[in-house]
Amino acid sequence: MSAFADFARDDSGGGTLRFTGDLSLARLGDLPDRLEALSGDVARIDLSAVDRMDTVGAWLVHRLALRHGAEVEGLGADSRHLFDQVASAADRPAAPRPAPQGAFVRLLGEVGDATITAGRTMYGLLGFMGATMVAFWNVARHPSRFRFHATAHRFEVVGVSALGIIGLMSFLIGIVIAQQGAVQLRQFGVEIYTVELVGRLSLRELGILMTAIMVAGRSGSAFAAQIGTMKLTEEVDAMRTMGVSTMEALVVPRTIAVVVMLPLLGFYSALIAIIGGGVLCWVQLDIPPVAFVERLRTELPMVDIWVGVLKAPVFGAIIAIAGCFQGMQVEGDAEQVGHRTTTAVVQAIFLVIVLDAFFAVFFSEIGWI
Amino acid sequence: MAPGETIIQVRGLRNCFGDQVIHDLLDLDVRRGEILGVVGGSGTGKSVLMRSIIGLQQPQSGTIEVFGESTVDRDEKDLIEIRKRWGILFQGGALFSTLTVAENVQVPIKEFYPAIGQAMLDGIAAYKVTMTGLPPEAAFKYPAELSGGMKKRAGLARALALDPELLFLDEPTAGLDPIGAAAFDELTLSLQRTLGLTVFLITHDLDSLHAICDRVAVLADRRVIAVGTIPELLALDHPWIQEYFNGPRGRVAAVGAHGEGGRGRT
Repeated sequence: MSAFADFARDDSGGGTLRFTGDLSLARLGDLPDRLEALSGDVARIDLSAVDRMDTVGAWLVHRLALRHGAEVEGLGADSRHLFDQVASAADRPAAPRPAPQGAFVRLLGEVGDATITAGRTMYGLLGFMGATMVAFWNVARHPSRFRFHATAHRFEVVGVSALGIIGLMSFLIGIVIAQQGAVQLRQFGVEIYTVELVGRLSLRELGILMTAIMVAGRSGSAFAAQIGTMKLTEEVDAMRTMGVSTMEALVVPRTIAVVVMLPLLGFYSALIAIIGGGVLCWVQLDIPPVAFVERLRTELPMVDIWVGVLKAPVFGAIIAIAGCFQGMQVEGDAEQVGHRTTTAVVQAIFLVIVLDAFFAVFFSEIGWI
Repeated sequence: MAPGETIIQVRGLRNCFGDQVIHDLLDLDVRRGEILGVVGGSGTGKSVLMRSIIGLQQPQSGTIEVFGESTVDRDEKDLIEIRKRWGILFQGGALFSTLTVAENVQVPIKEFYPAIGQAMLDGIAAYKVTMTGLPPEAAFKYPAELSGGMKKRAGLARALALDPELLFLDEPTAGLDPIGAAAFDELTLSLQRTLGLTVFLITHDLDSLHAICDRVAVLADRRVIAVGTIPELLALDHPWIQEYFNGPRGRVAAVGAHGEGGRGRT
């Protein structure tokens, strides 16, 4: 390989710098720092002994010449051309880097931005819910526009494919509730209430809530990513130009699928959780399955099932609409898809939990306890 | 390093995806200091050829040498020295979307020369950005804020970050308006002359071929069927070549190039 870039100083005649070696990015070494530290007058820069020069070398020499008001000599025709091109590019007034703001101002700005974004998102989400309603109304008036195949396909993806993971999760949750409950209740000698604990908690709250969270993570995110990618590839625009309503083609089938599937999945989840709890009761508390089921039958009020099942379609609608809404918000680049997918899941889970709190109050007020 | 020496040498290249053979017994030489245009119908594997040369696609058989060193079946470690010496402009620009244009340009420099300080990196990025004809304030923009033509220029600025000897351009003028495409051709030619680059140019743009290419390689029937200047290719009696250069679009491009005294070295 060729020699590293170097320079020698000759103080006669106002100061001359003679560069040698290879003035290129790979062979610079500590040359930039040494040039920066250079003091005293430099009237001429002699490049005749340089083996090779690239744009970085030319740029360094140009900067040095500007700083000291020096003249550059000893360039061959090719290097002169390169040097002039780099010099003319470097001489164009550089854009100032956007000025950094103080930490406090930035904090205020970010809080403000976040508030505005949150407000706009809620406003947009409300609007999107309205648009979804309109789309449902249109489909109801013209049933021929209902996309049966797309909906059936979503049923499978959202519901049937989720059975395995939701079953496993619910079984484990049932075991955990029963085990933790049994430990606490044993202190009062009433382990038998573990049966009610598992049954009521699974049916009223945990079955549907955990299922909603799982479906938000599985299907809500998928909706946002699918629709977001379709926006990026202009599929959504193509649909619009063909007169296909994107709300009817994309949003309605997905929303129906989640609204129908979530109560079923939630009930299934509650059943499996009860089975999990029953298994633990049998193994640890010596309550045989027959006794377990008998106690469930006598002690469990029917309203518990209604509480769980009635909440589910509302949660389902929230999950589907949040996913589709965020997908439709994607613009620009691929990073947006990831960002919007995350937002869809967070938004869906947050709204589900807020609504669940409202439902809890509502159901106790009307006496379903 | 004499001008005219072979800088890329491909021999007996074979690429296939499943049953579909893309290249078979493909030979190609690229000489130092030339702009080689690579043309071929859609699906003839122009991009696959480029990906094989730069080591992104493992060929089934054949040898590929760049700067006299093989790029086939090499460790990433061994390829680093070669990678410092080439720059690549991908079709869509392939700019990193989370970084500004200036930061994009700095990525290869930081990667290969970590000792260089931030102040110098900023200076280098600034002149590279203006050299490729972008306005200086574009340096602090994100790729999503740029138009298609600006993205290509920013991609070119990044490809030139390390002052490479060899530049790969994959359809640089696709999707640009004719004025933007002509300006990009001019930029390529001026940078090639200034920096002494060797350019491997994949294109469909007949105007680009006439305006800036020294030689043109034609991909058809799974190999390079001919390499030469456009007049040399026209003298051949291959139906695809005749159709390509003598079709209605080809004739218009030829008239345009000769009308304004295009490069057309014969």
